[in-house]
Amino acid sequence: MTGTISIYAVVATLLQVVMVALGAPLLVGIMAKVKARAEGRVGAPINQPLRDLRKLLTKERLHARHASVVLVIAPMLIMASTVVAVAISPLVSTHPLLGSSADILVIVYLLLTGSAAAALAGLDPGTAFGGMGSSRAMTIGALAEPAFLVAVIALSIQSGSSNLPSIMVSTLAHPQWVLGPSRLLALGALLIVVIAETGRIPVDNPSTHLELTMIHEAMILEYAGPELALVTLGETMRLGLLFSLLANLFLPWGIATHSSTLSLVAGVVSLALKTVLIALGVALIEVRSAKLRLFRLPELLAGGFVLSVLAVVTGLVTR
Amino acid sequence: MIASNRHSEIIAAGELHERASVHFALGHRLALVAGHDDGHSLRAVYLFTDGAPDARHELIVVLDRENPTVSTLSDLSFSASRFEREMRDNFGIEPIDHPFLRPLVRHQHWPEQWYPLRQEAGPMPAHVSEAPHYPFIEVGGSGVYEIPVGPVHAGMIEPGHFRFSVVGETILKMTARLWYVHRGVERMFQGIGPDEGVAIAQRISGDSALAHSLAYCMAVEEAQGLEVSDDARQLRALLLEMERLYNHVGDLGALCNDVSFAVANARALVVRERLLRLNEGLTGHRLLRGAVGVGYTRVQVLPTQKDLTEIGEAFEDVVSLALSNTVVVDRFEGTAYLSAADAAAIGTVGVVGRASGLDFDARRAHPFAADGVQSVVQDGGDVMARFTQRVQEFRISLDVVRALVEGARSLEGGSSSTGESIGSGVGIVEGWRGVVVHRVELDSSGRISRARTVDPSFFNWPALAIALNDTIVPDFPLANKSFNLSYAGNDL
Repeated sequence: MTGTISIYAVVATLLQVVMVALGAPLLVGIMAKVKARAEGRVGAPINQPLRDLRKLLTKERLHARHASVVLVIAPMLIMASTVVAVAISPLVSTHPLLGSSADILVIVYLLLTGSAAAALAGLDPGTAFGGMGSSRAMTIGALAEPAFLVAVIALSIQSGSSNLPSIMVSTLAHPQWVLGPSRLLALGALLIVVIAETGRIPVDNPSTHLELTMIHEAMILEYAGPELALVTLGETMRLGLLFSLLANLFLPWGIATHSSTLSLVAGVVSLALKTVLIALGVALIEVRSAKLRLFRLPELLAGGFVLSVLAVVTGLVTR
Repeated sequence: MIASNRHSEIIAAGELHERASVHFALGHRLALVAGHDDGHSLRAVYLFTDGAPDARHELIVVLDRENPTVSTLSDLSFSASRFEREMRDNFGIEPIDHPFLRPLVRHQHWPEQWYPLRQEAGPMPAHVSEAPHYPFIEVGGSGVYEIPVGPVHAGMIEPGHFRFSVVGETILKMTARLWYVHRGVERMFQGIGPDEGVAIAQRISGDSALAHSLAYCMAVEEAQGLEVSDDARQLRALLLEMERLYNHVGDLGALCNDVSFAVANARALVVRERLLRLNEGLTGHRLLRGAVGVGYTRVQVLPTQKDLTEIGEAFEDVVSLALSNTVVVDRFEGTAYLSAADAAAIGTVGVVGRASGLDFDARRAHPFAADGVQSVVQDGGDVMARFTQRVQEFRISLDVVRALVEGARSLEGGSSSTGESIGSGVGIVEGWRGVVVHRVELDSSGRISRARTVDPSFFNWPALAIALNDTIVPDFPLANKSFNLSYAGNDL
């Protein structure tokens, strides 16, 4: 990593983007399948989200009459910010291109850029539902963001760095940290954040048809065709990224740490396995749980924040 | 002469308010108000009911065709005020001093001065394109905004427009604009033979096919002077409970689905499907059409006790699955509270009324089969109370069905003529949603000259708006589902 760009870093970066772009829809498909099976249904094949994206891409572009350019730009912003975050995060390898920039603050604010774009796009056409969805999503985002940041700070205390690859590398060197109290508390906090940020039950129900209960779906109600595909893929990749980060921050084993083909293959396989496990776990939570009353969500997210603060405190005490 | 428990009296228009106030003071329920066009004059019929023991009192007012007016009863009864608006829209009968004379049934695009149930109405005229703007009441104040929803919704539900005035997420006021499904049902009945009317009654509200067709048949039978045999009555009671069973379990599942607890909904739908298949075996139709006709009841295969036991067990599994989930319980409790006082003032009936503590059930007030039904009410008035009410009613219904299957002597029952056709009749039935009332009149050739239908939804829709006060917007679908009112039954 001395100025020359390693071929492995380029391959790792490409692998990450392609894997999240194609794999994240499959994760959503797997979660839908688990829920369907739990309900006694056969369910759609797990590649249904990919098929839906293909279908949307062939459709006509349609815009709401009162919409401005915001509606057009937002999908690109959502997609672009997510792709950058995926590319620089240590998912398959600890050394992707620009891995040294993969500071936790950078990732959090890249994701926030996408959220803000989605919220503005919800407001743009001037419909009641869009505004309602944006307002709810921003409320939840504002409550989830601090928990997210503080939880990762807890991780960085042990590692002495807020750079994601460094956190993973140092975790690999100190496996005893994984079961430490600070890590487990931070895991709890991050799990709540991930469920909130990806809009799963008990926070939001991605498969509801009830307009008045929607959060994320309400924001994107005015989208259709290729732009809906872009928004959906962006949001799905964001889910893939969050699941992958959750996996690698707490169980980094398998991630490619040095430059060899075998190492990259192991990185791909282990990431796939870990994220599928997380998807199964989240799907089981969704099956067992119901959607919380909207006014109870601050309690859940405040719980996440408290866990993250406790993680920081225990991290400092036990260092 | 009129059937033993129904007393009809023609009174002068000036006496109406005083006579009606006596009935209200005695605690009688205004079950139905029907306008009539007799050609030379108009007529309004007010049906008051009381029970048990079953008693029906009719006040009949003959009105001048050129200037049809009645004194309003809106100061005595909220439901009366709505009946008067219905009669004004359909017949042009003006209630004098009515405080809130906005159109109710009247479609926005109907021409002015066109009254669809008047004899001269003729076929439906072309819609008026420049219709006046619907006057929603705007709530002022800083931070108040409006959310318009519908009439087309994302799910497979009936059309209705809801206008919410909201601060943050809290509902200050909800106005439901219904009446998008007017089919002219009451007009369709006019001039056809009583037997042909059964098919129309089955389609007034598809989920209450049996309750409506039964109430209709009972009204016609009374008008024709038919005495239905005991076997036929027992089978009718059985069918009525079968309709209650499949609808109640479907509602319980839907309530779980509205809080995103899909697994319980899936299990509830399995129970519902089993019941629908039993219905198909019983009547040849999953929604129980075809078994009840004027003067008879005829079924094919009775459910077995084994079927019913298994359904009862599966049902209990669904209930315990739902109620063991703390999030589900938290969502249900305290949501969309309807107080007993409000429920009574509005005239709420059926499941919703009983969940707010109003102990009215037409199966006990106006029984047609010997077996009385055990009374249950809740005092909660919230979504949980409406959930629990349905659970308890399901259990009681299942026991009633078991007993009726056990005691069934025949798969059909007919009727005998008492020899005196009285030309008008009233049928009152406790459908799964609440009390269904039909009143028919026959002309001299035995054809239907007027059929008036009241679905429980007509009484209960205004209660939904009251229950939403201080409810939050994302809880509206849940609140609405806990009422589960009919749009089609409301709008005829």
